[in-house]
Amino acid sequence: MSDIQPTRRDLGLEAVQSAPVNNDGPVSFGKQMLGFWVTFQAMFKKPNTVQYPEVKEPTAPRFHGRHQLNRHPDGLEKCIGCELCAWACPADAIYVEGESNTEENRMSPGERYGKVYQINYLRCVFCGLCIEACPTRALTMTNEYELADDSRESLIYEKMDLLAPLQQGMLMPPHPMYPDMNDTNYYKGEVPGSHPSQEVAHD
Amino acid sequence: MSAEVVDMITVVIDGFEITVPKGTLVIRAAEKLGIQIPRFCDHPLLEPVGACRQCLVDIEINGRAFPKPQASCTIPVETGMIVKTQLTSAVAKKAQEGVMELLLMNHPLDCPVCDKGGECPLQNQAMSTGRSESRFTGVKRTFEKPIHISTQVLLDRERCVLCARCTRFSDQIAGDPFITLNERGALQQVGIYENQPFESYFSGNTVQICPVGALTGASYRFRARPFDLVSTPSACEHCASGCSLRTDVRRGKTLRRLAGDDAEVNEEWNCDKGRWAFVYTNAHDRLTEPMIRDASGELRPASWPEALAVAAAGLAGKTAAVLTGGRVSVEDAYGYSKFARVSLNTNDIDFRSRISSVEEDEFLATKTLTLKTSYRDIDRADSVLLVAFEPEEESPIVFLRINKQVHKRSLKVTAIASKLSIGNEKLKSNFICVAPGLEAQAVANQELTAKSVILVGERASESVGLLSAVVALAEKTGAKIAWIPRRSGERGAIAAGAIGQLLPGGRLVSDAAARVDVAAVWGVATLPTALGRNAKEIISSVNEGKIGALVVGGIDPLDSEDHQATLAALKKAFVVSLEIRPSAVTQLADVVLPVAVVSEKSGSFLNWEGRARAFDAAVADSLQRSDLRILSMISDQMKKPINLSTVKAAAKEFATLASWDGASSTFTSCAPIAQKKLSAHEALLTSWRRLLDEGTLQQGEENLAGTARKSVVVISPKRASAIGVVDGDKVRVSNEHGAIVLPVLVEMIHDDAVWLPRNSRGSHLLATFGVASGAVVTVVKD
Repeated sequence: MSDIQPTRRDLGLEAVQSAPVNNDGPVSFGKQMLGFWVTFQAMFKKPNTVQYPEVKEPTAPRFHGRHQLNRHPDGLEKCIGCELCAWACPADAIYVEGESNTEENRMSPGERYGKVYQINYLRCVFCGLCIEACPTRALTMTNEYELADDSRESLIYEKMDLLAPLQQGMLMPPHPMYPDMNDTNYYKGEVPGSHPSQEVAHD
Repeated sequence: MSAEVVDMITVVIDGFEITVPKGTLVIRAAEKLGIQIPRFCDHPLLEPVGACRQCLVDIEINGRAFPKPQASCTIPVETGMIVKTQLTSAVAKKAQEGVMELLLMNHPLDCPVCDKGGECPLQNQAMSTGRSESRFTGVKRTFEKPIHISTQVLLDRERCVLCARCTRFSDQIAGDPFITLNERGALQQVGIYENQPFESYFSGNTVQICPVGALTGASYRFRARPFDLVSTPSACEHCASGCSLRTDVRRGKTLRRLAGDDAEVNEEWNCDKGRWAFVYTNAHDRLTEPMIRDASGELRPASWPEALAVAAAGLAGKTAAVLTGGRVSVEDAYGYSKFARVSLNTNDIDFRSRISSVEEDEFLATKTLTLKTSYRDIDRADSVLLVAFEPEEESPIVFLRINKQVHKRSLKVTAIASKLSIGNEKLKSNFICVAPGLEAQAVANQELTAKSVILVGERASESVGLLSAVVALAEKTGAKIAWIPRRSGERGAIAAGAIGQLLPGGRLVSDAAARVDVAAVWGVATLPTALGRNAKEIISSVNEGKIGALVVGGIDPLDSEDHQATLAALKKAFVVSLEIRPSAVTQLADVVLPVAVVSEKSGSFLNWEGRARAFDAAVADSLQRSDLRILSMISDQMKKPINLSTVKAAAKEFATLASWDGASSTFTSCAPIAQKKLSAHEALLTSWRRLLDEGTLQQGEENLAGTARKSVVVISPKRASAIGVVDGDKVRVSNEHGAIVLPVLVEMIHDDAVWLPRNSRGSHLLATFGVASGAVVTVVKD
């Protein structure tokens, strides 16, 4: 048995003897079988394995999955481009640029909307601080977890990828606000859905 | 400077003793101890007002306590005063919390959409010294929002805490009382006068000093949050005032600029041009790659090595000259200066792309670098004489400095001009009205003392004999002269020797000892000995075929007196153009090399005082190169290297040459001319550039352009009645080259004169008339 020779004697290291390996000859068959006990036990248990992707188990209801940018019931975006999500993000995964709403181009109630909204899923750690920071409940997390992809570009989600789909009664912005309602009414959830007067022809 | 004897007073604040000069406010004394009393209305450069009541503290004097907490921003320290702030007094703490609660009662909770969010004194102080919860459950007062009080300033009245900083600034500092507090009680609000928008040249400062988000700039609205921005201290490139700035950049793009804090120069202010006219740096048509003119006469993109080779080959073997433009940094100017002498072997270099004269050549070579006048001299002056200089339009921080003294101690200001300007009205100037071209006589008649300051503008070169008269007056009375050019690079260019008669540091080209000195530093055997031509002579020499090549920096041919000749010269010569965006020069150039703008490079300017205003690259990862670097590369290619590859190297080398105590020449004066004879419809043209006009560096900023003063023709009442016009009528001003038709404004102007803005919308004098002042034009009703 050779000693282990240190490469840096100048640091004061000394040679040590390697530990001896105990080899007391072959063990008995019974002892060997005992070693497989856990394996045998598992053979009679119900398997935990899920046949993903053929079978998909639902996640816990509050699982932190991909983000979603929500809409008001009439289709206007809830996001006001305030960047508080980006501010809260510990991984610097969110990039937002705000812009003014105008009468011709209204994307959200109030003065401001998010013109650029990007989440970089290469950086996101799904901690959920962003959705806690969101003052308008625009940003929430879905249960979607299938976020693998093969390029960096495709893992930076743009606003279009994150926006919630239009549901019954919603109109695609830009369009005007619900008649006789202001941004406060929107935030209080007093807008029932879209109004015929909000329909504007899109070129 | 005599040491002023100041009474000192000792007070106790929170148990700590401090001795401060008499008259110091309690809040300021506390600051010296590092005790921060919350405040909104208090501003060290504005008069105390006690409007917001946030700075309440407990005070007792010689054992007698005030019955209630007092506003520490309005009370000066007194002997025996004991102050207890929120840190040691429960009463003061409760009072401050109460005030904060009241201020927040009607303040909207719209921080997420407010531009001030994240850098808001109200947010910060509500956190640091406010109650944690509000007891107010009622409905908040709301106003319509936002309202445009000018095209570039927006007002959200419901956010306002009525601190009156903006109104006090406008009144006390800018002298433009366009905004005021209206109404009373809960409905009190900042407002503008009807039909009179907030069109002040200094309105941006109100946005900066607003302690809440009530005043915001239209250009920066919703663009970014403080944490997105990378801030760099920088210097303003627009005029010779030399403001220090803070440039805020988000992802390589300048989003806003704020006034920097420099007590010696701009205090804490700047003008709207310096604040908002930076859009050109982000322009989509910025040049990004070199271009060369191919055989078919078209410009085509080229690689750097190819473009440099073409430039070097074109310059080699020709007589060449250099026109730098007046906006170069000192280091770039030094690069041009050395490049002309070492690589091109010529003294034909001039930084002026404006009207100049031989008299001015003389003045710049002999006088400018010896002038030691500073902003402090304006503060101490017993009177200020303005000659061919409109401070508000041409150097706005000088205006603020004069205005401060006018406001404080009624400083006597005398203006010699042909037209009474808005700025001079605000300064309550003693206006001496002279016909254009006859300023020299009026200057000679002035009574000044050794404590007076004469501020002379670059337009003095347009009136023969005026600079001579100014020099004579200063010699007679002992008054100090300050020469204040309009552009930021001119003083630095003179110091760096980017002018025909001077080498760096004010050394005379004609002085053999100076040439030897410079040649030794530059490591060359000899320097050219012939005196350099000025810009005008360079252009005519090109047209006569005596000069074959030009290296051109940032100049606009339309700034020269004879722009046809300039364009012809650019067409004729082999032109290497160093530019940031396509221009009239790049259209005619043979090689176009893209250069960095001020936010993409480091360097310094010399302001009119001669004070270095250093700036750092605000955009850290720009691929653009400075003029200096490019000149160095061309010189390498020409095998006559200037060896200045970095700004640091240039600054270091220039520092070794910066001072010179050898020979200097003396100023030869020039006699004024006699008055021109005029017929009834003829007038003498007078003009200046307005601060906000159609200048190249202001392009692309529509909000800023919206507050520019309207273009008008100004004539005297006598002339108005003679040609039968009243305010607002269209008048036609013409000479043999062209005509301008604009509405007329009847004002205080010399009867022989007519005034038009030099480069404003619909009024481009040099392009239309080929002259800008002193020339005879015809004025008739349109």
